[in-house]
Amino acid sequence: MSEKNKDQRAYYRQLYIKVDPGQIYAFIPGTIIDIFVKKGQSVKKGDSLCSLHAMKMDNIITSTIDGKIKAINIKKGQVVSKNDVLIEID
Amino acid sequence: MSINSKTRELKSKMQLLLQGGGEKAVEKQKATGKLTARERILELLDYGSFHEYDLFIQHSGKDFDMDKKILPGDGVVTGTGTINGYPICIYAQDFTVAGGSLGYMHAKKICKIMDHAMKLKTPIIGINDSGGARIQEGVNALAGYGDIFYRNTMASGVIPQISVILGPCAGGAVYSPALTDFVFVVDKISKMFITGPDVIKTVLGEEISQEDLGGARVHAEISGNAHFFAESELECFEQIKTLFSYIPWNNTKKAESFASKKPKSKDYKISQIFPKEPSQPYDVRNIIKSIADNSEFLEVHELFAPNIVVGFSRINGDTVGFVANQPIALAGVLDCNSSDKAARFIRYCDAFNIPLITLEDLPGYLPGVNQEHAGVIRHGAKILYAYSEATVPKITVILRKAYGGGYIAMCSNHLKADFVFAWPTAEIAVMGPEGAANIIFKSEIMSAENPEEMRKIKIQEYREKFANPYVAASYGYVDAVIQPAETRDFIIHALSITKNKQTENPSKKHGIPPF
Repeated sequence: MSEKNKDQRAYYRQLYIKVDPGQIYAFIPGTIIDIFVKKGQSVKKGDSLCSLHAMKMDNIITSTIDGKIKAINIKKGQVVSKNDVLIEID
Repeated sequence: MSINSKTRELKSKMQLLLQGGGEKAVEKQKATGKLTARERILELLDYGSFHEYDLFIQHSGKDFDMDKKILPGDGVVTGTGTINGYPICIYAQDFTVAGGSLGYMHAKKICKIMDHAMKLKTPIIGINDSGGARIQEGVNALAGYGDIFYRNTMASGVIPQISVILGPCAGGAVYSPALTDFVFVVDKISKMFITGPDVIKTVLGEEISQEDLGGARVHAEISGNAHFFAESELECFEQIKTLFSYIPWNNTKKAESFASKKPKSKDYKISQIFPKEPSQPYDVRNIIKSIADNSEFLEVHELFAPNIVVGFSRINGDTVGFVANQPIALAGVLDCNSSDKAARFIRYCDAFNIPLITLEDLPGYLPGVNQEHAGVIRHGAKILYAYSEATVPKITVILRKAYGGGYIAMCSNHLKADFVFAWPTAEIAVMGPEGAANIIFKSEIMSAENPEEMRKIKIQEYREKFANPYVAASYGYVDAVIQPAETRDFIIHALSITKNKQTENPSKKHGIPPF
C-alpha cells in the first residue's frame, strides 16, 4: 500500500478507541459559567461539575463516574470548543 | 390400543421433546444467567395461558449428516397465550437446541405463528436467542430469514410487534428485531451485531469485546436499536407487561381505558420544577408527571438521544404519547438522533390511534459542521413529516423556548396541531434575542459610542417585544395562553373534544418520508 493510500485509509476509517468515562468532554461549544468542584475533591456519579452556557441554556455538566477530580482544565468565563476535555476524574 | 395407552404414548413423546436440548444444554444455558425458552414464555404470559403448537416439527436438513440428528421443535417454541388477559402470539428461540440456529423449518414455525397473529389481529412477541443461520442448511436458512422479514414489514403498523433480545442475535437475525416496533434488551445477556468481534478482527484488525461491540448498553445508549433496557430478564418481562397496558391490540382499536387518577401533585409541583431564569435547565419528565394520571410515565428510548423525551402515559384514563424537549440534556436541541427517535415514536402513535401531546422547550436545531455533515437536514425533516402526516389528535403546549425551525417542527399550528397552548413563559420567535438583536440592529450597535452597552439595550428591547407568546397568539398561531397549573385541565378538555376527530390525508400508495 502506498503512503498516500495509507493516509486515505486513515482518513476514512478511524480505529475504535474505548471511551474513558473519566474524561468529561464539552458536548457542545460554549462558555464556562461556573465550576462547582475543586481538584482532589471526591465526586459521585451524577454530581454537578460545571455549568456550560450554550444554545441559550446553562447546561449542567455532571459526573459520569464515582471518583476523585484529577484535573480541571477550564477557568470561569473560558470559551470551549466541542470535545475539549473539561475535567478529568480518576 | 386403547385411548389411554395412546395418550400415554403421546405424553412420553412430548416429554422427550419438551426437554429441548437435554439436561446438559439446559444447565449450560442456566449457568450464563439465562432462562430457557419455555421458562421465559411462562414468566411473561398470564399464568396457565400458554398453549404450544408445532412441537412435532422436524428439521429439513439433509447434508452433513443432519438427517441423522433430531432437533426437538427445531429450536423454537411457538404458541399463543394472554398478557393482562388479552390474546397474544409468541415465539421463543431455544438456544439449547443447536444453539437456537435458524433452519428452514424453524423459520416456517415462526412464519406460521406470525401469520396467525396477522389473521387474528393480535400482537406478536419474538424472543430472540440464536447463534444465527444454520450453516448446514445453506440457502434455505437465508430463505427463512427473508420470509420473516417480509412478514415483519407487512405486519408493521397493523399489529404491535415486540422483539426481546435474550442472547446472541447476529448476522441476518438482527434485521427482524430492527423491523419491529419495540426492542427489549437485558444487560450482559443481549448481544446484537451484523458481524461479530472475530470477523472484525480478521478483516479490519480491530479488537473489541462482544459487550463493547453490541451489548445491551451499546444498543440502548449509542445505536438506538433498543427501546427498553433492563438489568434482568424478569425486569424485562415486567416492562413488556407495562407496555402492553398502554397500547391497543391492533391498528383498528384504541388502547384500553383505565379509571382516571389525579397526578401526585405533592411530588410534582410545576411551580417548584420550573426554574425562574429562562437559561436554567429542568427535567421535563417531571412536568409530564405533573400532568399524567397518577404521575405514571413509561419512557421509550430512555437512554438514547436524551435531548428529547418520548413515552406513554394516561390522561383521564386514556393512553397518550408524550413528545417533549429535554432541557437538561444537550440544552434540549433537535439533532439527527433526537429527530429520528421522535419521528419514529410519532409514527407509532399515529399508526395505533394514540393521541400525541407535545411539550415544547427547545433552542432550535443543533448547529455545527458535524451535524450538517451527518445529515441534520434530512433527519430533522423526519420529525416534520411525521407530525404533518399524523391524523391522531395533536395537542401542543409551549412551555418556554420555541425558536426558529424548532418551533415549526414541534407540532406547531402550521403542521395541523389541533390545539396549541402556550404558558406565559413561552418565547416564540424566529431566533433568540442575542442573535436577532445582533442582526437587526447591526448598524446601530456598530455606530454607538459604547457598542457593548447598546447591544445589551437592543437585546433587552427585542426580548420584551418578541420573546413572549403574545405575538404568536395575536396571529392565532397559539390558541390559548394558559396558566401552567391549568395545563392538565386544558389537555383533558382538548382530548375529549378531539375524540371523534376524522382527518384523511390525500389518497396515495404511500408517502416518501426522508428515511
